[in-house]
Amino acid sequence: MSVLINKDTKLLVQGMGGTGRFHADKSIAYGTQVVGGVHPTRAGQTMTFEGETDHSGVQGRADTYQVDVPIFGTVQEAKAATGANASVVFVPPPFAADAIMEAAEAGIEVIVAITEGVPINDMVRAKRYLADKDVRLVGPNCPGVITPQECRIGIMPGYIHTPGRIGVVSRSGTLTYEAVHQLTQNGLGQTTAIGIGGDPVNGTNFIDCLEMFNEDPATEGVIMIGEIGGSAEEEAAAWITEHMTKPVAGFIAGTTAPPGKRMGHAGAIISGGKGTAADKIAALEAAGVVVAPTPTDMGSAMLQALGEG
Amino acid sequence: MKIHEYQAKQLMAARGISVPEGRMATSVDEAVAAVRPLVEASGNPVVVVKSQIHAGGRGKGRFAEHPDLGGVNVVLDGIEGGVEAAEEKVRELASQMLGSTLVTIQTGPEGKQVNRLYIEQGIDIDRELYLSILLDRSVSRLIVMASTEGGTEIEVVAEETPELILKETIDPAVGLLDFQASRLAAGLGLEGEAAKNGIRFIKELAKAAFEMDTDLIEINPLVVTKDGDVMALDGKMGFDSNSLFRHPDIAAMRDESEEDASELEASEYDLNFITLDGTIGCMVNGAGLAMATMDIIKYFGAEPANFLDVGGGATADKVTAAFKIITKDPNVQGIFVNIFGGIMRCDTIAEGVITAVQEVGLEVPLVVRLEGTNVELGKQILDESGLNVVSASDMKDGAQKIVELTR
Repeated sequence: MSVLINKDTKLLVQGMGGTGRFHADKSIAYGTQVVGGVHPTRAGQTMTFEGETDHSGVQGRADTYQVDVPIFGTVQEAKAATGANASVVFVPPPFAADAIMEAAEAGIEVIVAITEGVPINDMVRAKRYLADKDVRLVGPNCPGVITPQECRIGIMPGYIHTPGRIGVVSRSGTLTYEAVHQLTQNGLGQTTAIGIGGDPVNGTNFIDCLEMFNEDPATEGVIMIGEIGGSAEEEAAAWITEHMTKPVAGFIAGTTAPPGKRMGHAGAIISGGKGTAADKIAALEAAGVVVAPTPTDMGSAMLQALGEG
Repeated sequence: MKIHEYQAKQLMAARGISVPEGRMATSVDEAVAAVRPLVEASGNPVVVVKSQIHAGGRGKGRFAEHPDLGGVNVVLDGIEGGVEAAEEKVRELASQMLGSTLVTIQTGPEGKQVNRLYIEQGIDIDRELYLSILLDRSVSRLIVMASTEGGTEIEVVAEETPELILKETIDPAVGLLDFQASRLAAGLGLEGEAAKNGIRFIKELAKAAFEMDTDLIEINPLVVTKDGDVMALDGKMGFDSNSLFRHPDIAAMRDESEEDASELEASEYDLNFITLDGTIGCMVNGAGLAMATMDIIKYFGAEPANFLDVGGGATADKVTAAFKIITKDPNVQGIFVNIFGGIMRCDTIAEGVITAVQEVGLEVPLVVRLEGTNVELGKQILDESGLNVVSASDMKDGAQKIVELTR
């Protein structure tokens, strides 16, 4: 079991430019069903992906692959022709929000937006547009979502993942990799790892993910990785106190971040004394979350939360 | 991106939002020359001389060189002495303020040099209010915040008298609605002509927030004048950097002299860099990991000299540029490179680090922690390079090593 995506997920790639093509290839090598691409000027073409199979992905495949991916002009056409139910957005920032809304309008169920640098007001509008649609947006400015050995959507390295018991949710890309890597090394593995992204306006927040993991029978515990800025971690802590039935471990980045400075991510800023790491750590600990003192301790914090440490 | 108060007021005035008349000056003569036209146009002999820096708290701030002098000065000399007396006082103030260092609660103890002044007409103030438009991240919408407690920092109001803060959430599909603006005006106690002016002010400002892609507009104080006008006595605007591509006019208002030189240089190489005051330089891929690297250095008893995210593609060019910027800081006593390779192979990164070290030269200890594809090969390349590079097995090990090496 897993959340959001699995071996039956049929993926569209919106924005089949250089980065889109590169990661479509990695996803196909991993065993993801990439059924189509969307590109405004390459509609009607077929892109052929071939190479060596990534055996850390879907099991029981041949050593090489060759997959033809049809390219469409619009998501609507692509969905009608392929039955896609998920899409990944690599479209450049000025057009990314439109691509997200186009996918939502076409009835795509899970949209994963990788693009970094989407205007905030564009996301405010896009989120409003998605509000009354039955769609789950993850991102933007995120590494994507992966269910080990089933489906890879995004830009993360597949081989560090292994199927297992823990759900991972994070605002940071490379810190997700750190956590996943440690969970693979200590044998806990992952059910699904979700990068929710570093922007102040994102489609999916911590609570959405905690809720999904709480309901997923295969997930036995959750690691949540937050950082300075906003109050999403504090809100998640309140939700955990109220609803979470599974152990949670956590880490918050930015204890040493100076106030008023944007730390790389658009959303990582302490403003007006709000959004500090200390406040977030205190809120999580009060909710019974085992907070790792350093990122190297995330895996052992999870073991401790599970009572296995 | 931040802009100066006078620029924010120019942008507001261009949209018909009421602001006092004023002129920007970069020299004493320009400051003095601004006085007469302002007094003549307004009929008010009072002018205000305001320091223009990218930091708040200017009124209460003091100059390092002139400890009794504040960052904002009201010149009353014109009331009795006429324009000439006002000009004389402005000459005296401007010559002290320009080129001096203003220290405010937001600048840190080092302060900021004042290179621009804004000379503004005096206003007959009846009431001081507060108004701002910003993103409420918990609902993913812009909100208008208002308060009768103008002139006080909103954080203080939120802490002490939260019931005095009024909020209206803007639905992006329809914008701020008339009844919301009316409700705010009523909540602020505006009546008659002032209510009409206030509603117009609030609506226009809400429109501006969307059309100009601000990430913050803060008017503190928003003043009601004795004749019922509602105007921005101060004005702070920040813009969403991701949106500047569609606002070249605003992008042109960037004042690079207000920014840290190293941060500016780093941005040219597409590196995310922030100067800090510790001794250990950091080079990391990913913003979250870069913050966590700073944290772990502190955890082991040292202080980070910088935040640096080299991004996903840590190419040799970027790594070299990053080394140059880090080693420029005389406080740096050691460097910690922390890369989770992911898609990028560790041997490629190791070669990039070596090329950079050979080009830039290295006089301080360097600890490199690599993780990802071909990690063993990467370590081997570093170990066999003959350079003074220590490789680390994980992040904790790396942080401990660099802290020890710099003790």
